Amino acid sequence: MESAATLPDWRANLATIAALMSRAKNELLRVPGAAIPGVLAPTIFFLGINGVFGALTHLTGFETGTYESFAVPVSMLQGAGFTGAAAGVNLARDMEQGWVDRLLVSPAPRWVLLAGTVLAASARALIPATFVFAIALPLGASWPGIDGLLIAYLMVASMAAVAACWGSGLALRFKTQSAAPLMQAGMMAVIFTTTAYAPLALLQPWMRTVAEVNPVTQVVDAARQGFLGSVSWAGTWPALLALLGLLTVLGAWALREMRRTAL
Amino acid sequence: MSDLAKNLRVVKALGLRSVKQTFRRPQLMAPILVFPTLLLAIQTGGAGGAVNLPGFPPVHSFLQFMLAGAMMQSLMLAGNSGGIALAVDIEMGFTDRLFAAPIPRYTIVLGRLAGTATLGLLSALWFLVIGLAFGAPIEGGVLGAAIAVGLVTATAMAVGGIGAAIALRTGSASVVQGLFPLVLVVLFLSSAFFPNALMIQPAREIAEYNPLSFVVEGVRGPIISGVDANELLDAVLAILGIVALGLVLSARALRHRVRVG
Repeated sequence: MESAATLPDWRANLATIAALMSRAKNELLRVPGAAIPGVLAPTIFFLGINGVFGALTHLTGFETGTYESFAVPVSMLQGAGFTGAAAGVNLARDMEQGWVDRLLVSPAPRWVLLAGTVLAASARALIPATFVFAIALPLGASWPGIDGLLIAYLMVASMAAVAACWGSGLALRFKTQSAAPLMQAGMMAVIFTTTAYAPLALLQPWMRTVAEVNPVTQVVDAARQGFLGSVSWAGTWPALLALLGLLTVLGAWALREMRRTAL
Repeated sequence: MSDLAKNLRVVKALGLRSVKQTFRRPQLMAPILVFPTLLLAIQTGGAGGAVNLPGFPPVHSFLQFMLAGAMMQSLMLAGNSGGIALAVDIEMGFTDRLFAAPIPRYTIVLGRLAGTATLGLLSALWFLVIGLAFGAPIEGGVLGAAIAVGLVTATAMAVGGIGAAIALRTGSASVVQGLFPLVLVVLFLSSAFFPNALMIQPAREIAEYNPLSFVVEGVRGPIISGVDANELLDAVLAILGIVALGLVLSARALRHRVRVG
């Protein structure tokens, strides 16, 4: 086996990212209980908002007969938000315990260290999403079709990456797990100030204004396409653009914080 | 100084410590005020159209309706946070030092509950102020507001008793923290966020018998319509039930904790 020192840069970087992802996976396998809140919270939220707000479908202008279909993509994205924020909390814990210091003195580029954390969160977010989806189907959510499901999963993985950048940026800035509420509250705010509860036309005026400018609204709508109808390019590209923008801004910020940490 | 006065001083000191601890640690404070406030804003803005549904009780606005739910969420999480903080004290050996002190053991639990009740009081005032600031009047006036605040404070203490019992029994902060999803379940399966009659089965059926629903209606009544003696009595009885459960569980857990150290 080649040693890392003899590998070309790009292969060494990929190996480092894979190692960091593997570490996150091991954490999950060794402490499975740690994943339970991240899975349970969106599932309970899904069941809760269906039981509580299901009657909203009787309002004129609601575009679907089943609230389950309307709500399931939101809960999947909520799981992604939780998972991404948890990546930030874990990074803060690693900083408190000195693990990040050891990573920072390694020759790996900073972006590689961040990519390992972010991609691990993306992969991990598929667990709560799958769990919520599996619960939602027998309860009355529509089958979104293969294309609809793939789009939903793409949105989930990308949203988890956005959340992980946000969480990592805050972890690197505050260097303490005490910043966890800020990581979670931030994600909760951006995911739910969208068309999460009702279509745009039925939101309260102030919420409609916020949802119209919130880029995550595009992500929620794209993830929802297959559950409410058919998938279209017109319904997908605005979400891809929004995610690209969010990833660029938050990724650059997290990277900047990581560079500042190393100083 | 009489024994009662001495014990009250201990309860006061531990209660103040508990409140200060919460304000100093964002991870304890956020679930009590930040998350419920955020969820209140989100649900009011997102599901505000619900007031147009046939069968929705007459209200000034959805915000006015939701204030009681936000207070319930806040006090439930205050109870949970209180339990977590007590479990951390056990893990770090602080409770052992208190056990060795010449004070009755029950004052240790009462001190924590006094802190939780204070947080419940603050949360009730916070949400009433938010309601008034954003145009949701308190129909029951000053008396109605006082009743709502009193019920929320008492419920926080009652729910805190259950959190303290679990903390004393397990001595593990992560176990108490793991109850967070259960708190959400109890909340969603009550009339905290929507009128019972408009909920979907089986949530509606469960909410009808959930003691928290009685407390919610007792708090909501003075806010959206005025003071109703029957609603108030139901709420007080429900709180007494939760208090009794918390007392029994706490007493047993305290005996267990003293035995195992």
